[in-house]
Amino acid sequence: MAFQHSHASHCESGVMSAILRHHGLPISEPMAFGLSSAMSFAYIPIVKINGLPLVAYRMPPKAIIKGLQKPLGLKMRFETFRNPDAGTRRLDELLAAGEVVGMQTSVFWLPYMPADLRFHFNAHNVLAFGRDTSSGEYQLSDPVFETPVSCAPEALQKARFAKGVLAPKGLLYYATGKPSTPDWAAVIPKALKKTTRIMLDAPLPIIGVRGIRRLANAVEGLATKKDPAQAKMFIGQVVRMQEEIGTGGGGFRFIYASFLQEAAELLARPSLNELAETLVDIGDEWREFALSAARMIRDREALATPKLADKLRLIADREQAFFRDLRRAA
Amino acid sequence: MLASDVPQEGNTTLGGHRKALYARGADGKLQIVQSAGWEVEEIVTRQAVDDLNRLAEEARLRVNSGLTSALEYHMHKARMDVPLLAQTTGLWQWRIRRHFRPAVFASLSTALRRRYADAMGLTVDQLNKAE
Repeated sequence: MAFQHSHASHCESGVMSAILRHHGLPISEPMAFGLSSAMSFAYIPIVKINGLPLVAYRMPPKAIIKGLQKPLGLKMRFETFRNPDAGTRRLDELLAAGEVVGMQTSVFWLPYMPADLRFHFNAHNVLAFGRDTSSGEYQLSDPVFETPVSCAPEALQKARFAKGVLAPKGLLYYATGKPSTPDWAAVIPKALKKTTRIMLDAPLPIIGVRGIRRLANAVEGLATKKDPAQAKMFIGQVVRMQEEIGTGGGGFRFIYASFLQEAAELLARPSLNELAETLVDIGDEWREFALSAARMIRDREALATPKLADKLRLIADREQAFFRDLRRAA
Repeated sequence: MLASDVPQEGNTTLGGHRKALYARGADGKLQIVQSAGWEVEEIVTRQAVDDLNRLAEEARLRVNSGLTSALEYHMHKARMDVPLLAQTTGLWQWRIRRHFRPAVFASLSTALRRRYADAMGLTVDQLNKAE
């Protein structure tokens, strides 16, 4: 079967949706995202990216690939390599066998990426589905691009073997078992409950709703401690994680709302549709937060971190109420 | 967000690409809508890129006044920091910092220069000059 590329908002859920579709199970990107309980929030001050704390709106990399195995009866095989040449050979073997292969890469080394977006971010997922015999270039399906792209072998090898935080070590993954249509009435409530547990009951105060409040406190504290340029870098980083890093807008809240709508239909539970509406509103709040942060960065508005912190606290309250309702509905 | 509200302002950092967002269509269902870019994203991406460029530019000035080696300039140019360059080359961080001294850098072997150049995707000739 010829491989079909489709445009997605997030790399990992997009790759998994494409692999599943290729193996005969059409699953949308939001379904792949929701079923693996990938939405979350984490503010991790001890992990620094360019000297700024890590803020994430989703579960760690590979959570979606691994999280879909159980509900879909799917088996994914993961391979990493110590030797880059061995990694490239193995990729060629798999492609020759007609496999579509997921890969973890660093965006910095992917030549088709726009220059301004090429940061040293090591957990970008792309799919290889062929190799052009005449030029030797790989045919890649990068879910966040509108069309398939091609990539020279040397560049791809560098991207797969980049070093640093979350180093990919040449990671390849592909499906070995055949996925089957799950019993939606069993798997969806389970996935919903898992997400509410992460958002409401995480034992660490930096995960979930409590993490949003913790971030609000940190943002508020910027006013007293650091110089304005530093404070702007901090809030800029939060907005980048929320909007730029392939989230479908509003830090994955819109894509999850889309999953809730699909779930409402599959389970014939209109209450999930109402929850989706609420979550879209919360996503809009996140977008408003991003907008005022950006205006402050550009000095169109006076830098007032307490104001941003209040917005974050409002969002935290709304998310807390939302996830309690979701728990009841699940 | 309504499909009609999806920003189409353009974003130079996307290099002409469009990204997929989820927004509500006329029937209330969320669907993928292609966005040509949102100014907010452009502002925060520019901010990050400008900061990296500033580091590289400052290093270049210091190279010209003999205060650091071309290695530091290229490290910033490649958007790396010392820990990442250390992991990529397999050298100790203190050794890399020592190579920021112009006199030490000038005495490096070609093999070591090649190691740095490969790590940053450069040729040895490019590595030797801060331009």
